[in-house]
Amino acid sequence: MIWMIVLPFVGSAIAALLPTNARNAEAWLAGVVTLVTLILASASYPAVAAGDAIRSNIEWIPSLGLNLSLRMDGFAWLFATMISGIGFLVVLYARYYMSPEDPVPRFFSFFLAFMGAMLGVVLSGNLILLVVFWELTSVFSFLLIGYWHHNANARDGARMALTITGIGGLGLLAGVLLIGHIVGSYDLDRVLASGDLIRSHDLYVPAIVLILLGTLTKSAQFPFHFWLPNAMAAPTPVSAYLHSATMVKAGVFLMARLWPVLSGSTEWFWILGFCGMMSLALGAYFAIFQQDIKGLLAYSTISHLGLITLLLSLGSPLGAVAAIFHMVNHATFKASLFMAAGIIDHECGTRDIRRLSGLFRFMPITATLAMVASAAMAGVPLLNGFLSKEMFFAEAIETHAISVLDTAAPYVAVLASAFAVTYSIRFIHGVFFGPLPTDVPSVAPHEPPFLMRFPILLLVVACLLVGTIPALTIGPFLHTAVTSVLGARTPEYSLAIWHGFNLPLLMSIVALIAGVILYLLLKDYLSRCEEGPPFFRRLKGQRIFERFMVTVSWRWARFVDYRLGARRLQPQLRLLVTVAFVAALWPLYSRGFTPGRFTLTGADPVFAGVWVLGIVCALGAAYQAKFHRLAALILLSGAGLVTCITFVWLSAPDLAVTQLLVEIVTTVLILLGLRWLPKRVQDGPTIASAVPGARLRRFRDLAIAVSVGVGVTLIAYAVMTRTPPPTIADYFLEKAYSEGGGRNVVNVILVDFRAFDTFGEITVLAIVALTVFALLRRFRPAPDSVDSPEQQRIQTAFDEAQPDRETGETIIDYLMIPAVIMQWLFPVIIMFAAYLFFRGHDLPGGGFAAGIAMAAAFILQYMAAGTRWVEDRLRVLPVRWIGLGLLLAAFTGAGSWLFGYPFLTSHSRYVDLPLIGDMPLASAIFFDLGVFSLVVGATVLMLIALAHQSIRRHRVARTIAAADEETA
Amino acid sequence: MEAVLAILVGLFFAGGIYLMLSRHIIRILLGVVLFGNAVNLLIFTNGRVMRGVPPIIAEGLDVPAGAVANPLPQALILTAIVISFSFFAFLLVLAYRAYQQIGTDDTDGMRVAEPVADGLPPMGY
Repeated sequence: MIWMIVLPFVGSAIAALLPTNARNAEAWLAGVVTLVTLILASASYPAVAAGDAIRSNIEWIPSLGLNLSLRMDGFAWLFATMISGIGFLVVLYARYYMSPEDPVPRFFSFFLAFMGAMLGVVLSGNLILLVVFWELTSVFSFLLIGYWHHNANARDGARMALTITGIGGLGLLAGVLLIGHIVGSYDLDRVLASGDLIRSHDLYVPAIVLILLGTLTKSAQFPFHFWLPNAMAAPTPVSAYLHSATMVKAGVFLMARLWPVLSGSTEWFWILGFCGMMSLALGAYFAIFQQDIKGLLAYSTISHLGLITLLLSLGSPLGAVAAIFHMVNHATFKASLFMAAGIIDHECGTRDIRRLSGLFRFMPITATLAMVASAAMAGVPLLNGFLSKEMFFAEAIETHAISVLDTAAPYVAVLASAFAVTYSIRFIHGVFFGPLPTDVPSVAPHEPPFLMRFPILLLVVACLLVGTIPALTIGPFLHTAVTSVLGARTPEYSLAIWHGFNLPLLMSIVALIAGVILYLLLKDYLSRCEEGPPFFRRLKGQRIFERFMVTVSWRWARFVDYRLGARRLQPQLRLLVTVAFVAALWPLYSRGFTPGRFTLTGADPVFAGVWVLGIVCALGAAYQAKFHRLAALILLSGAGLVTCITFVWLSAPDLAVTQLLVEIVTTVLILLGLRWLPKRVQDGPTIASAVPGARLRRFRDLAIAVSVGVGVTLIAYAVMTRTPPPTIADYFLEKAYSEGGGRNVVNVILVDFRAFDTFGEITVLAIVALTVFALLRRFRPAPDSVDSPEQQRIQTAFDEAQPDRETGETIIDYLMIPAVIMQWLFPVIIMFAAYLFFRGHDLPGGGFAAGIAMAAAFILQYMAAGTRWVEDRLRVLPVRWIGLGLLLAAFTGAGSWLFGYPFLTSHSRYVDLPLIGDMPLASAIFFDLGVFSLVVGATVLMLIALAHQSIRRHRVARTIAAADEETA
Repeated sequence: MEAVLAILVGLFFAGGIYLMLSRHIIRILLGVVLFGNAVNLLIFTNGRVMRGVPPIIAEGLDVPAGAVANPLPQALILTAIVISFSFFAFLLVLAYRAYQQIGTDDTDGMRVAEPVADGLPPMGY
């Protein structure tokens, strides 16, 4: 059974890979796939007919109650057969319909995928799985309707269909979740067995409203019907398949599927009864006034599905039988009519009934077939449509629940049937009879190839056979289907053509006669009127939908953008900070927050002194940042150092080491970067006061900053003065040595317990370094910052003025002693880095600190000897270090798989190394080595990228000088 | 002791936010650095502060003897320090590139994607 679903998807994937011009290959492929599916479906009939549902279960996410469980009972079988059978016929038809100019493989690919999804819907044994396939049908129907995507109508229609059915799908998902909540399982068998539980539950009404939202949108029922006529922009095979036999049937399928569980309540009756009746009557009424053949058929589909919905609303088993029967009948005659409409369109180039006429002379066989199918649609005796319509009439006159709807049902039924007769005659008479067509693009329409007509023939024969000898043809299959849905409630029903002179027959006769009379009356009007029914012509669902979409997706979005959006960074940031502040304040305020008594006593004077220093540094940095960047930078480093000292004092040596090293590298980076960023000089009093409003803005910023600061102070104080609850930290402290094999708990957390986080983090670092490198690669500084700094200019001028000095000698002289020291420090720092690294697992240190220390060694070389000297000698390839580090970390993590442990499980033991002695060696140390290597690589790469700019500067300066000379 | 530390954290926050609300990228950059420190310290205070008891298990023991500092915020901050460093480096280079390309470090002047002349989007349809 799983193959019935997998096969179409596989076929779809293959079809998608076929070349665009392979016209027959994909048709063969699709034909074979559909035929095999059909055979598979047919072959499973004996098992299904035996009464039990066939099941197949693949565990997927059992913890969520989500299994790939399939279930085929009689009803699902009926649908599966219909889907694959009509699918095969439509493939055959499409082979001739699709023009070689179109990308046909794409069509068949979508088509097969859609078929797979549809089979998935009917065969799902799990409601969540059903919803997944349901959504897939929406998506593929979108792709199929929009197949001719160069056509604006197709795009609009596809979008509308997707929007409506997609919203419905969301509703269905929510409804299914509610059902799952009520029943405690998504398994279809369990749900079907819990009807009473669901009906008596408080959440019953929300659940059915949501589920019906899904089914009614899918089945294009009032008030969501309008997408279907717009979906007629699809290629006709798509309409014949999706809009007669499958997609729109999914809605009524699900309603029938869940009928035993959900039906029987007043809410169910009212919602479905109303929607069904409106769709039945309005659909039929609108269909009369359509000028497009496919439009007429689309509205007729709405009407017929309304009939099915109405039958399902009644809550009587006989109604359900009639509904299931009509689903099959409608699929057969409507698919054939769509195909006939496609042939007419194909041959004549138009589908406008006003322009078409007298086609009988050109295509008598097609015309005859279409006539039989239309008669079935109108409910003429001896055809299948008549039988289910009779059953419908019989149900309509029964009283189910005393209400206006119930009283109106028979009258509406007769009226809609009369309309059905009218539009059926209109279709046949308008298209095939009358004078020869004069206003048709194609002058010589003719019969299509036999194989294109064959599907219609087959379906029409089915209509006839079912209509004349129902008990011998559809009887047993229908019975299996009905029994599987209704179970013990299966009523006695008879499929005979003749039930004697009774009220339903009378109603049929009245409807037939009234329909003919109505057509005769309306004939002249119809042949010249514009599209759309009178009175309702202006009230188009499509317009309402478009208005709605425009309002939501354009006006509201624009409004929000207009009101809340800003084109500048500052207002956005300000908004962000303010919102964050209020969001933090609100819970504190509503919960009655008291920060506790604020005492300054008990503060160690040295502590307090350092922190006051930090405060001064932060304030100074903020104050100086405008014009004195270097000063601000130094003050900022001061603030960083205070943070660092805080960490030392408050028992965080690891943080202190890392912070100190990072602080160094950051400062160097800013210094390197500042060089290339524009200067701002203080001219006049201040710029801020010169611009009105600027000062005000700064005050506002200050106010926001101060409020946030005060808030954070209070929170921090309140947190610090409360006793901590037991946290996960205790676990780490307990297990760090026994399981992590390290004494430095922070390091063990990083490389062992939370190693996956660290892995993600170093990946981020690697990405940043590569991005920095990529941003600065082949990039030259802007001309206005290529001028050498003043000091350098003076030095160079001095060197050039002295004949015995070479350019750059002064700077070398100045830095002679520091340079020697710094160069000598290189191995020392590397040793220090190694030391930090190896002690990391037991004592403060570790890969991060070691990596940055190592990078600092390179920085010193740059400072001592200049960029060019270092670049000439640098043998480190930072990108390799990064890659190596990342791979090492990943492989260390993956290594634990070999021993059957989860990713990044660590192993530790002591090893006796020569010279060093007994050394703890956890496998985490390799991970840490990866971290180390990556940090070195990333930091050095960023440094090189920034420092290299100074070499490029000389080139830029030279080109500018050359340009100046040329102009001079 | 807690009070002064809390004030320090609050002031780091205030200074960082004040600088970040500026129009000039360099000030924003400096603000980001200060803000990073502020956030790290705030996380640090969440683990409660203790003097002289680093979360290191002494030689010969399997679990730390007595109360030690909370290692969890420390591990988080260690990650945060490195991440904020890389974030900062990225911002710096981005600012640099933006300055080269656009010729200004004033965020109001960076109008390549949305030129000033464009105005706000129309409300009609």
